[in-house]
Amino acid sequence: MLEAEAAHIFREVAGEFDRATLLFSGGKDSIVMLHVALKAFAPAPLPFSLLHVDTGHNFPEVLAYRDRIVEKHGLRLDVASVQDYIDKGTLRERPDGTRNPLQTLPLLDAIRDGRFGAVFGGGRRDEEKARAKERVFSLRDQFGAWDPRRQRPELWQLYNGHHEPGEHVRVFPLSNWTELDVWQYIEHEGIDLPEIYFAHRRKVFRRDGMWLTPGDWGGPRDDEPLCERLIRYRTVGDMSCTGAVDSSAATVGAVIAEITASRVTERGASRADDRLSEAAMEDRKREGYF
Amino acid sequence: MSTDIARARQRAGAAPRRSGGLLRLATCGSVDDGKSTLVGRLLYDTKSVLADQLAAIEEASRRRGQDDPDLALLTDGLRAEREQGITIDVAYRYFATPRRRFILADTPGHVQYTRNMVTGASTADLAVILVDARKGVVEQTMRHAAITALLRVPHVVLAVNKMDAVAYDESVFTAIVDEFTARAGELGLNGAVAIPMSALAGDNVVEPSSAMDWYTGDTLLAHLEHVPLGADPTGKPLRLPVQYVIRQPSGDRRTVERWLAGQLASGLLRVGDPVVVQPAGATSTVVALSVLGRESDIAWAPQSVAVRLADDIDVARGEVLTAGAAPRPQRRLTATVCHLDDRPLRAGQRVLLKHTTRTVPALVESVTYRTDIAVARRLPCQDGLAGNDIGGVRILTAEPLAVDDYADNRRTGSFLLIDPQDGATLSAGMVDAGADHQPDH
Repeated sequence: MLEAEAAHIFREVAGEFDRATLLFSGGKDSIVMLHVALKAFAPAPLPFSLLHVDTGHNFPEVLAYRDRIVEKHGLRLDVASVQDYIDKGTLRERPDGTRNPLQTLPLLDAIRDGRFGAVFGGGRRDEEKARAKERVFSLRDQFGAWDPRRQRPELWQLYNGHHEPGEHVRVFPLSNWTELDVWQYIEHEGIDLPEIYFAHRRKVFRRDGMWLTPGDWGGPRDDEPLCERLIRYRTVGDMSCTGAVDSSAATVGAVIAEITASRVTERGASRADDRLSEAAMEDRKREGYF
Repeated sequence: MSTDIARARQRAGAAPRRSGGLLRLATCGSVDDGKSTLVGRLLYDTKSVLADQLAAIEEASRRRGQDDPDLALLTDGLRAEREQGITIDVAYRYFATPRRRFILADTPGHVQYTRNMVTGASTADLAVILVDARKGVVEQTMRHAAITALLRVPHVVLAVNKMDAVAYDESVFTAIVDEFTARAGELGLNGAVAIPMSALAGDNVVEPSSAMDWYTGDTLLAHLEHVPLGADPTGKPLRLPVQYVIRQPSGDRRTVERWLAGQLASGLLRVGDPVVVQPAGATSTVVALSVLGRESDIAWAPQSVAVRLADDIDVARGEVLTAGAAPRPQRRLTATVCHLDDRPLRAGQRVLLKHTTRTVPALVESVTYRTDIAVARRLPCQDGLAGNDIGGVRILTAEPLAVDDYADNRRTGSFLLIDPQDGATLSAGMVDAGADHQPDH
């Protein structure tokens, strides 16, 4: 039923918008989103392009996965690069080294340059309390900003995609899915994922209570010893703010068993950027983050 | 469900349905009835709140000088909501028990109550109407009951909350239930299940209460787990609004196969079935059927499918494949609308009307009445409908539409009115062909 609803949302956008793109990070939510989209338009090719905002600190395994899937399905991929903006001097590295907040500007420029009226995101309402308030069709102004007080009411399955030139609509086909739904769907459909979602031995270090991967982005410091642990990732984002969890789950079935028993949310377990303040996600969405 | 459908489900490799399926519910209550606490309690006691979320609300509660974690903080997700201690907008929550999964539309009870509640109720299988045991049935309660009846939410729970504040007194509960039953019956709302509870203390929400042994019914959660899901949409006549035409070049690339893609709003579809394309009225037969890329010989609502017809007739987005009792395409609609925008809706106004997958220009010919929803009385209406008003309209559309009565089909009987200038969603409408649209006086 969730799959049928997501397919309905993809087809509504294809029917109503001239140009749309699908935000693809190589994470499990965007992988599932792409899988449903491919099925929704089969046997024809996907009527959308993909867009990846590359922070410059992505996991190499995930980039390799991204390129493999683009090749396999003959998709068109645009890449907006945070590193390019830093090299040009348009964006400045933050003192804490995290690049997640820096994604917003390259994303908005890519949406403007591509003249995209609709941008699909893999966001789910169960992820975070500000996301729980997000519409399936979420109107963004010329600055990409989300205003929770001025959202359009969304009734039945009737989605209103009207927008002015310069505005766009963020569309979340997986709004009603939970983390467990995503994993059960991955199992049912036999979807291939980047290896880092499964248990592997990796050199990591401890910072702010999370296991982080060393890299050019700024870790570890001298007082942060490296050690090798059996870990996996619950979410896949920028290396600087995505933490690994101790895990021996090497298969989809084992991952499902593990998250069913977990007492911590996926974002609580692995996202440093949500901890910046009580309303970190809401504030970033207001600025145009998806 | 008939066995051939069950077999077809197996053949089609459909995901195994978890026992009990998915229940969509909406909660509604006035400010300070304890609704956020009730939702927090449901999430907390079903162990849907995880350690990091609990730690966050414990810390926030401590900062506010409270000893116990304030469960209402679980649901008030926005900065302004936490600052003001109110709920601004509909939020959707997800929880599950071994028996069933739930999507809860958490609708705020203050100021813009009507539009938020209509939004939450539009997809709900069940509505929980919350009453404060100390205050009893108030005007807002009847408003919630009226909207629940209007939106035809299949099941209703009257949650009499704060029983701890009235010493768990059975006579208080009975008096509230009697008054609600009598007044809701006048609104056409019957069969509500009443449960006495204390969300704060946790009585009868998830755990049975030891303080009210006079109550022998289910807890709220047990009721939510066992209530039958709404009417099976596969039992109704076929409605497949065409969303998108998928074009597949054939092997020799000289011809193109056209697949009509859409989500089944109701009914069953088999290869070989005759269909009527509305509103044009052309007829054809289904020669191939695909359920999200997998060929099948049967599909049922609410699956998303694509079909190929025997005849090369012109079918585009916005048309509806129908069978059985087909709707009569019409350009004049009588409907009940909930007006959502702050600007009024007036006779003579030009709008866009979105019905299933079709959007057409339309004219509001007249606003026939405004409902005083607290007492379900229709009042004459000259000035149009203000934001949050519910009333009757007559609408003329630029093209004929294949509409059903909302009472027969929530999906093909509902529509939106949209402002052609700025694209705002103005009103939510329910087709109401048989209604007597005269004011009561």
